[in-house]
Amino acid sequence: MNFSLDNDQSELLKAVRSFCEKGIAPRAAERDRNGAFEDGLIAQLGEMGLFGFYVPAEFGGAGLDCVGYVSAVEELSRACGATGILMSAHNSLCVDPILKFGSDAQKRAYLPKLSSGEWIGCFSLTEPGSGSDAGAAICAAVEKSDGWHINGAKCFVTNGAEAHVVILFTVTNPEDKGKHRLSAFIIDRDLPGWRVGKLEKKLGIRASSTTELIFEDCVVPKDRLLGPVNNGLHVALATLDGGRLGVAAQAVGIAQAALDAALEYSKTRTAFRRAICEFQATQWKLADMHAQLAAARLLTRRGAWLKDQARPHGAESAMAKLCASEASARITSMAVQIFGGYGYVQDYPVERLLRDAKITELYEGTSEIQRIVIARKLITEPEWAKQR
Amino acid sequence: MMSFDLPEDVAALRDVVRDFAAQEIRPNSRAWDRDQHMPDELIEKLAALGLMGVMVPSEFGGSGLGYLANSVVMEEIARQDGAVALLLAAHNGLCLTHILVAGPTEQQAAKYLPRLASGECLGAWGLTEPGCGSDAAAMKTRAVADGDGWRISGHKQFITNGSRAGVYVIMAVTDPDKRAKGVSAFLIERGADGFEIGHKEDKLGMRASDTVTLNLENVYAGPDALLGEFNMGYIDALKVLERGRVGIGALSVGLARGALEESLSYAREREAFGGALTKLQAIQFMLADMATEIEAARLLVRDAALALDAGQTARLKASVAKMFASEIATRACLNAIQIHGGYGYTKDVPVERYMRDAKLCEIGEGSSQVQRIIIARELLNSDAA
Repeated sequence: MNFSLDNDQSELLKAVRSFCEKGIAPRAAERDRNGAFEDGLIAQLGEMGLFGFYVPAEFGGAGLDCVGYVSAVEELSRACGATGILMSAHNSLCVDPILKFGSDAQKRAYLPKLSSGEWIGCFSLTEPGSGSDAGAAICAAVEKSDGWHINGAKCFVTNGAEAHVVILFTVTNPEDKGKHRLSAFIIDRDLPGWRVGKLEKKLGIRASSTTELIFEDCVVPKDRLLGPVNNGLHVALATLDGGRLGVAAQAVGIAQAALDAALEYSKTRTAFRRAICEFQATQWKLADMHAQLAAARLLTRRGAWLKDQARPHGAESAMAKLCASEASARITSMAVQIFGGYGYVQDYPVERLLRDAKITELYEGTSEIQRIVIARKLITEPEWAKQR
Repeated sequence: MMSFDLPEDVAALRDVVRDFAAQEIRPNSRAWDRDQHMPDELIEKLAALGLMGVMVPSEFGGSGLGYLANSVVMEEIARQDGAVALLLAAHNGLCLTHILVAGPTEQQAAKYLPRLASGECLGAWGLTEPGCGSDAAAMKTRAVADGDGWRISGHKQFITNGSRAGVYVIMAVTDPDKRAKGVSAFLIERGADGFEIGHKEDKLGMRASDTVTLNLENVYAGPDALLGEFNMGYIDALKVLERGRVGIGALSVGLARGALEESLSYAREREAFGGALTKLQAIQFMLADMATEIEAARLLVRDAALALDAGQTARLKASVAKMFASEIATRACLNAIQIHGGYGYTKDVPVERYMRDAKLCEIGEGSSQVQRIIIARELLNSDAA
């Protein structure tokens, strides 16, 4: 048993950290203000190999593991939460399902360009009337001789504005109300019949694009079906098991940034003729922030390690995401409290961190969905929690 | 190589201890709690499994295992009975750990380790006093030089295993001007002249484990009774507490796990509104939170244990593990009572006892408040995040 990163993973982490300190962190506030990524950012991330993190080298990826991946997402998110999700949504939600469910031809067609960052990927399951309840989707694909005809609207698609490749879930079997209602497709940007709709204005992760996707008789060639027909829910849920680790890592990174800032500030700010870190009221918050962060990081790393071992990790990922996202929301809030009024203004980073942290409790399965996933595992497999 | 699996030998030990606790401890825990006593035969059985010397080297009759193995033992025993785990915590985690950390003389090792590891006698550890917990400067027990040895006088408070132990590690001031660097540790045996076992506490929880006052009046400690270096007793005690906290963290995880497992089996059988309790989201969410916090706490405990086994300092990790685990345990046990409803408030189910036992973990071996002081100090003094 050993929870530490090995030498290669540590070296990689150092390289990513130094890259983030130079290239990512300094412009985080500017990205938030502009609600957009600066030109050249995607190319920089691509050069670092961050877009094909665990894609095998034969498909143009870096061939690394999920433990390294969550460490990289954490570092990136510590520097900038929006940049963290750009990279995490691309890897976890677009690259991952192609790797796992794609045919050899699909892998060859998509993975090299996705890995280099020439193409950015996204994942589109949510609809205006269907969030946690994915079965309520109505955007539909009908099979005809020339391909699948897709009509409907999707929303809240992370990376929607940048994406060249969409992993799209649509209803192909409307009679089925359960697990065999949806199918997954790989949609190219240059395919006619679909467009990016409204760009959301958000509370946090403002530089990350969140968009509608509108499909109007979009004809998708049959070889773009990802996995077997009517098996889309399985593709989506399996993808989200891994995606949750990315969001957990994002939450940990944002929380670490908040703790870093709060520690620094508490040493320099004085009140009643003492640095505020000398007051137990401040120390208590710092201690709680650290403890919750340490717990979340270990759960995240454990989930990633299980994924690397190709073992079941759904409930463990849900635990990591639940713990990390809720810890991140609490920790960033405590950081604002330590900063006092300065925490509420944009001269300091913690108000942005608070806004960014909130999303981690919502996307890729709300905290409520994570609790359902965990409870179901506990109730249906009582032996599961004992094998520790 | 990174791995989140227990090593095979530790996993095998876990299974043995789990079966033992279910068969030998579970049926008796209610009576032991009621009677505020556990029988000597229990200690013999624990010793037969090697649990009275988990970390004692095998040449002295111990199991020769590390802190990770000890944390697994603590969790498995506490899953059934916190008081039995507390007996082990004081014996292995404090008394024996102090002897091992301080570096016993050859003579001390030969004299004490086999007796303690075999369970022939129980160990106890005396730091706390009526007016002093973790604050060494307030310690009043004094050891005054007498020839080659010392004469020790004072009172020790809240001493776990105190009424039945055979060997005691007692901290006493040997140089009052040096405060924390003026305390020494002494090995005192039961029955020494002037050594009296005093008042036994009547406690909220951990009732089968005895907690007593020790009264020392001119107790003679020969030169061979000094444990570790002269005046380094408090410094060693801090190292002992750092290690002991990992054990209390594991004990907390065990109690919380017990609370969860009892709640799960109850919720599966109990019907309300036309179905099992497990169909209700209110119950599902409590179970999910308990399980998530338990998993997190266990990882923190094992992370600290692994650091100790690797010979690293674990001051921050041990405090984090102990604070986090003890606080989630109390919460989990309170939720378990809630899930059991009225039945949870009775002694017919074990969860009310788990709750009473868990509360101690937020207090003993450094309260949650002391842990937060330590954690904050470590964070503020370290540049590394």
